[in-house]
Amino acid sequence: MSELTDLTIAKARKGLAKGDFSAVELCEAHIKAVDAANEALNTFIMTTFEQAVERAAQSDKKIKSGDAGALEGIPLGIKDLFCTTDVQTTAGSHILDKFTPVYESTITKNLFDDGAVMIGKLNLDEFAMGSSNETSYFGNCISPWKRKTDGANLVPGGSSGGSASSVSARLVMGATATDTGGSIRQPAAFTGTVGIKPTYGRCSRWGVVAFASSLDQAGPITRTVEDAAIMLKSMASYDAKDTTSVDLPVPDYEKTLRDGVKGLRVGIPKEYRVDGMSDEIEQLWQKGIDWLKSEGAEIIDVSLPHTKYALPAYYIVAPAEASSNLARYDGVRYGLRVPGDDILSMYENTRAEGFGAEVKRRIMIGTYVLSAGYYDAYYLKAQKVRTLIKRDFDEAYKKVDVLLTPTTPSPAFAPGEKGGDDPVEMYLNDIFTVTVNMAGLPGISVPAGLSSEGTPLGLQLIGKPFDEAGILRAAQTLEDAAGLLPAPERWWV
Amino acid sequence: MGPARIRAIIYEVLMKVDEKLVRRIARLARIKVSDSDVQHLEGELSSILGFVDLLSEVDTDNIEPMTSAVDREMFERKDVVTDGGYPDDIVKNAPERDDHYFMVPKVVE
Repeated sequence: MSELTDLTIAKARKGLAKGDFSAVELCEAHIKAVDAANEALNTFIMTTFEQAVERAAQSDKKIKSGDAGALEGIPLGIKDLFCTTDVQTTAGSHILDKFTPVYESTITKNLFDDGAVMIGKLNLDEFAMGSSNETSYFGNCISPWKRKTDGANLVPGGSSGGSASSVSARLVMGATATDTGGSIRQPAAFTGTVGIKPTYGRCSRWGVVAFASSLDQAGPITRTVEDAAIMLKSMASYDAKDTTSVDLPVPDYEKTLRDGVKGLRVGIPKEYRVDGMSDEIEQLWQKGIDWLKSEGAEIIDVSLPHTKYALPAYYIVAPAEASSNLARYDGVRYGLRVPGDDILSMYENTRAEGFGAEVKRRIMIGTYVLSAGYYDAYYLKAQKVRTLIKRDFDEAYKKVDVLLTPTTPSPAFAPGEKGGDDPVEMYLNDIFTVTVNMAGLPGISVPAGLSSEGTPLGLQLIGKPFDEAGILRAAQTLEDAAGLLPAPERWWV
Repeated sequence: MGPARIRAIIYEVLMKVDEKLVRRIARLARIKVSDSDVQHLEGELSSILGFVDLLSEVDTDNIEPMTSAVDREMFERKDVVTDGGYPDDIVKNAPERDDHYFMVPKVVE
């Protein structure tokens, strides 16, 4: 039998049901993998091995008695942005020092109700602000992939770097993640994993540490499209505790997964052919077009004229909402407190020591664009541009069912290679993903091949609102055509 | 507000990203900054504000701002108490507390 950690969720579920192995064995195999890898990859901020084995034992009982949930006994990692009862939750920040929630996020509750087993809490960029997992208070998280050309360690992308890296390295079978500007899809592309950001409102934001509330949306990172379908079904729900949660039934995504793309109209937005895009990204995109075409999809050129304004508008909207959301970290109700002479200096000292450089930068930009006299010129203007971006998609969807683009403009880079002198250089990573958040649409990244450096590259499918089933189906076709990537070499063992 | 006016404001801002402005924003954001912070923040904030300046060329006359990513009806929740009654939990994570109170430095003289 192949190693238990190499199984997909779908196969593990079958193996557990047949009694080929127990949930405890599956759990212990993953714990062993984490122990061997965490020093090198730093994907876990905290492990919860003891609770995991206990839960797995309960799962074994449920499987025996025929009460197994959809994810019964499946070992998962939880991005440390999801509040988990009695388990420290850090958001990758020093300012949440020792914060231990007394409540469970709706998404983790959904997963646990379905029998999932949490192995631990995963590393991320501080407050999910970053594209390389280099802003975490708990240190850089590293990708299991290395650059073939120079053997360099690589970033796993961000902000869900720990999620993507752990899934790719076979430390967990799947992981929760969140995506505000590309934080699920970009790390998925960098690590050869599948990442889906659902439509805004599909998954509850309740109990997820807030970054930019009008953009934040959670989703899964897995190794196959089928596993993404399984996990998303479990994560998604209507939740009265999130006022932006949408009350629509959650379809059985697995059911339609292999219906193919015959007759599917696939749009190719010309504005995504950006200056300086590498030849191999261009070729990858063409390969994706050819794969879908040969399976019977109709390829149609479309235009999304406001694409280039999405990223600058995002860098007004996201920091503005972040500055408002992060105002709550004042050293009074939870987290770090650094004393001062009076209450104002206590606030200032606490926030100076508690927040990292990138978070401070974004809070300051947000504070500025919302300050008296500038609201109209910045925030209101950006929200108007957002309407135009949404309109572009609405127009395109009169002619097509899904859109196909590259996920990122370049393959993974090494820590320290980007954004050192100019933060904007790092922001450009999200150029193909951020439009989707601005319009509230669903998007998925699928591994589509390797770069000349031997590192994974992803293709992105963007869907109509609440058509997660449609993009998962097209993603399955891409995955079938591209073939699954080999597992990264276990250089850390 | 027309595009010309917006452009003018943004340029005015870019010209003004200096030490004084950085310190003013930091004070509004309740973040203490050191002298060396101020120096690199000047450059970084200029770079970001320069980048978002691209928006000033978009004509947004008669365009409504986006208020919700997905069109949906707002609804009212019933005005009833559905949660609460666990003060121990509420203060559990407080850095300093006394009984069910959050403790802060003296605010009123």
